[in-house]
Amino acid sequence: MTGLRTHLAEKPWLWSFLAAALVWGLAVAFAGGHGGGEILTSALAFGTFTVIVGLGQMMVITTGPGNVDLSIPATMTLSGVIAMKVMDTDSAHMLIGILAAMGASLVVGIVNYTLIRLLRIPPIIATLSSSFLVLSTAISYGRGLRIKPPPPLAEFATVRMFGIPLAAIAICLLSLAVAVILKGTVYGRTVAAIGQNERAAWLAGLNVRGTRFATYVLSALLAGLCGILQSGFSGGAALNMGDDFLLASIAVVVIGGTSVAGGRGNVPGIWGAALFMYLLVTMLNIFGASPGVRLVMTGVIIIAVITIAGGERQTR
Amino acid sequence: MTNPRLLRAALPFLTLAIVLAATFYVQPRTMSYFGLNLMLQYAVPIALATTAQMFIITVNDLDLSIGPFVGLIGVIAATALNASPVLGAAALVACVLAYGLVGALVHARNLPSIVVTLGLSFVWLGIAVMILPSPGGKAPAALKALMTVQTPYVPFPILAAVAIGVIVHLALMTTSFGVIARGAGGNPKALARAGWSMLRTKVVMYMLAGVFGLLSGLALLGLTTSADAHVADRYTLYSIAGVILGGGEFMGGRVNPMGAVVGALTLALAGAFLIFLRISPDWQIGAQGAILIVVLAMRALVTYGEKRS
Repeated sequence: MTGLRTHLAEKPWLWSFLAAALVWGLAVAFAGGHGGGEILTSALAFGTFTVIVGLGQMMVITTGPGNVDLSIPATMTLSGVIAMKVMDTDSAHMLIGILAAMGASLVVGIVNYTLIRLLRIPPIIATLSSSFLVLSTAISYGRGLRIKPPPPLAEFATVRMFGIPLAAIAICLLSLAVAVILKGTVYGRTVAAIGQNERAAWLAGLNVRGTRFATYVLSALLAGLCGILQSGFSGGAALNMGDDFLLASIAVVVIGGTSVAGGRGNVPGIWGAALFMYLLVTMLNIFGASPGVRLVMTGVIIIAVITIAGGERQTR
Repeated sequence: MTNPRLLRAALPFLTLAIVLAATFYVQPRTMSYFGLNLMLQYAVPIALATTAQMFIITVNDLDLSIGPFVGLIGVIAATALNASPVLGAAALVACVLAYGLVGALVHARNLPSIVVTLGLSFVWLGIAVMILPSPGGKAPAALKALMTVQTPYVPFPILAAVAIGVIVHLALMTTSFGVIARGAGGNPKALARAGWSMLRTKVVMYMLAGVFGLLSGLALLGLTTSADAHVADRYTLYSIAGVILGGGEFMGGRVNPMGAVVGALTLALAGAFLIFLRISPDWQIGAQGAILIVVLAMRALVTYGEKRS
């Protein structure tokens, strides 16, 4: 028992998986022991999208206090709209559509960092202002059209292998790559170092500017990828497709055990938290809770998790 | 050579003057009592919400829940306050106390305010949706009368904005509590060692934010006359942008109450200006982002000059 406890203390991300398992158990028990597998499959399918943007948000938040990317929803929308319009339901145009969408996301990331660096404004305001421009571009370019994704993309986003969505497996591999980058590369270690003490990192000769630049670009690219996949999954791009992802991207990072004060990222926790968030809503649905109750419960749980996890003594 | 510090203080007013002049130029008919009244009436609730946000930013925190909070206040005032004034008033007071409690929680556990208020925004929205699942309710008659009052010579929104700015300026910039509160943002450790209770300061500032959020909700309800849980969702962003436009900083207790009100007026006016410009609706929101970036760029230049001199 004590062994388990120290294990848990060392690995904060285990909590999110335990919470997800608990909520899943309650949901299945209330449903009379039926449908556990289907609930898990859809949790994986929907959770995957949150994980993609969560990975980018985690890297940004890990670069230190005040760093957060609020342009993720707008970037997702822009990317989805561009991808669908360039592909125009034609499978032959899929690659160029993906390239165009990712290229636009790359531009958003560069603009974000340029605003932060040149205007010396806090990332919150910088990414917020740029997101207004990005969203307007998406609205203007998309013209409210709903173009279906080409069949191969829709297939990739929705197909399942033994009940596990293919996209979930792909993003699992991507998460593994991000985890390796975070723990095992100079870039990843620099991200953590900047988050712990930017000045010390700079004095130690680390490339602070380049690393922050790469991080905001990475977050934008992941948001773009999420936009493309989401469009494939839900039969086209919609102008409000990113709405839920702003709060979700921050929530999964925090619940997943990443330090909000920066300097300590955590990849597995994002998966646990994404599954937990989806399963929680599913459970409340099965319980027959009204939308109001669902919202209050979501809020209370976010506050409870952060209170229990506790704030750490900030070094500054 | 102009004094950069003075220039920095004048920048919010300069921005407002430019936007106002541009609006008059595009649509000369707005240069009247009636025109100003119409353009600026929604500036009152935005200015109140911006002031609420400024109290939180003063102590180095950020409130992502003020928008839904303003919506919830409107919902309570349009339903419970009509049905039973005592119960409704008690619910409104409870909302303000809840803000103080959140301040205490954030301080006691040293929590990141962004995450706590993010969660809180779900709670406010959820309660509001539970009380009023679809838009409805009715504003108390007194609120409607107050918000549409026709003051002589100067339109009511301008008088109200000046009053808010002056009162908050006096309270935060000239009283000893104001100095401690701003000091709590500047160097909390030093103040704590000097014997001031940081817990008390934070709770008071959060409750002040709650009070101004409450006033914002009531003012907005007086204008819209019926309530909607989602009516003020954008206020969170408006309030943060207003504080920053008004010359405030995120860290260090460096805020400017008059500037914040002016920032809120600028935002409200920019909305009207963009409509007069007949910009395609697609680009309305993008143009607001562009205005924000331009103002921040001007400030970056001023700050650069300030550092050099």
